[in-house]
Amino acid sequence: MPEAPMSEVALGAPPARKRELPPPLVMFGLIWIGLMLVVALAADLISPFAYTALDLRNRLSPPVFMGGDWLHPLGTDELGRDVLSRLIYSIRTSLIIAFGATIVGAVLGTTLGFLAAHFRGIVENAVMALVDFSASIPFLILALAVLAFFGNSMLLFVLLLGLHAWERYARIARGLAISASAQGYAGAVRQLGARPLRVYGRHILPNIASTLIVSMTLAFPEVILLESGLSFLGLGVQPPATSLGNMVGFGREYLTRAPWILLAPAVVIVLTTLSVSLIGDWLRDRLDPTLR
Amino acid sequence: MLRFTATRLVRAAITIVMVVTFAFVVLRLSGDPAQIIMGADAPPEAVDAFRTAWGLDEPLWVQYISYFGAIFSGDLGRSMRDGREAIVLVLERIPATLALTVPALVIKLALGIPAGILAALYRNSALDRAVMMFAVAGFTIPSFVLGLLLVLLFAVQLGWLPSGGQESWRHAILPVITLGIGGAAALARFTRSAMLEVLGQPYIRTASAKGVAWRRVVANHALPNAAIPTVTIIGFMFGSLIAGAVVVESVFSWPGVGRLLVTAVANRDLAVVQCILLLVAMTMITANLVVDLLYGVLDPRLRGGARKAEA
Repeated sequence: MPEAPMSEVALGAPPARKRELPPPLVMFGLIWIGLMLVVALAADLISPFAYTALDLRNRLSPPVFMGGDWLHPLGTDELGRDVLSRLIYSIRTSLIIAFGATIVGAVLGTTLGFLAAHFRGIVENAVMALVDFSASIPFLILALAVLAFFGNSMLLFVLLLGLHAWERYARIARGLAISASAQGYAGAVRQLGARPLRVYGRHILPNIASTLIVSMTLAFPEVILLESGLSFLGLGVQPPATSLGNMVGFGREYLTRAPWILLAPAVVIVLTTLSVSLIGDWLRDRLDPTLR
Repeated sequence: MLRFTATRLVRAAITIVMVVTFAFVVLRLSGDPAQIIMGADAPPEAVDAFRTAWGLDEPLWVQYISYFGAIFSGDLGRSMRDGREAIVLVLERIPATLALTVPALVIKLALGIPAGILAALYRNSALDRAVMMFAVAGFTIPSFVLGLLLVLLFAVQLGWLPSGGQESWRHAILPVITLGIGGAAALARFTRSAMLEVLGQPYIRTASAKGVAWRRVVANHALPNAAIPTVTIIGFMFGSLIAGAVVVESVFSWPGVGRLLVTAVANRDLAVVQCILLLVAMTMITANLVVDLLYGVLDPRLRGGARKAEA
């Protein structure tokens, strides 16, 4: 008899909604993120100018829809640099940082969570104390302090932003790993003589991956906002490199005369964070109702 | 209840020790403090004298102990910009920051909580959708973009309000709105999901089934239970009164703690940064502690089962 329910599950038609297209807003999000990825990957090919190229005769020229010409479709900044080209490279920088930082945070947090779940006792207490510690300081302040103490470099900046949501992954990974260890499959693999690394890496991790992926989608827009916030303050990505927040920060001085310098990156930031959060909410509702 | 309180106090104390340790470690890792504070081209004798004066020639653990001693006696070093005590510099700026964050907190609470409750009670209505759209917008529009858009509209286009500075109360309007709207959106979203969670519980169904008027079900059964998770995020907002306006203060050139922090970071004025870091951490830890203790008051189940709830 035990086979009966299994074959029913296997033979039964998949739930109808699985074949449905995602809702229109989520579709919009997916398309926008796809577009951003293409722009980031093909930045060198599609960018009309180098992002540092000056065009001193066309300084602060307005975008096409405000009476400018097609040479600079989104206008130019105070040094005559093409806003569209700068925007394209900024998208690339901001996305690389956000992806890098999200992955660093997920790997770090999951590893610590697994360590806590495996060793329990003092290791677990130490990890949980670290979690308390990161909850006690707003991340922006912590990040600013680290930047003040260590100065700024791209690598440090990515690692630093990676610390942003680590405690969330640590909490989730620890909780899920503890409950997974109590389940048959983990015990069975262990009985077969698998080492802990194999049990966690090959068996527990794939089983809890959907929850972790949902958390990554929810953390990603926060990382974009942090990066752009810090760069806006002039403490993140440093010139001549350019990022979305950095463009808004410099464009601010020309708010009255040339608002397009900051409006273009601002719109991209808002649409990107909006898209990823829409996708994240949708994924969460589909994959993991417990996170709600 | 006594045991519950004691555990929370111990945890808060441990976290404070960790924050101070973090500041100490980071400060030592970042290089020779004497060299940093005196500057790269200071004469070696002056650097040595500084080391002796600050005990930097002692073994690390002695430095660590005396660092604790200094901090708890309120000695947080001097700003390298003008040689004034860092703590005085920071305390001076606090009223300006509170002038923004306190009214903003009032807006957040007055707008966010009712919006969240109504959205949950009239789930899937037009009102609910409007609140959710507002909430999503509040989350995805960064405060510096919102602030600059408000400046563009109300200061540049319409000319109704000043765009930055701190001369009169009118200068505070735009920053307060920027801070308040973002926070209200987050709070509305949170309150709504807390309410929905509670409204789905069996005790709500039981109460309605036995004929209690809906108004009373909401007031006596739903709201008190939904208050418990909502208190956490409100506690967090209280904790960030001092440092919650870093970006907004910079957008509006408002001379508060946040702007002090940004300039201190840019100039690597370590004493000031460290002072703000510790002050903010203490505020947050205190706010979290109060929230934890409030939990005990709001939810009698947590008093006895504190340990069980953590497992």
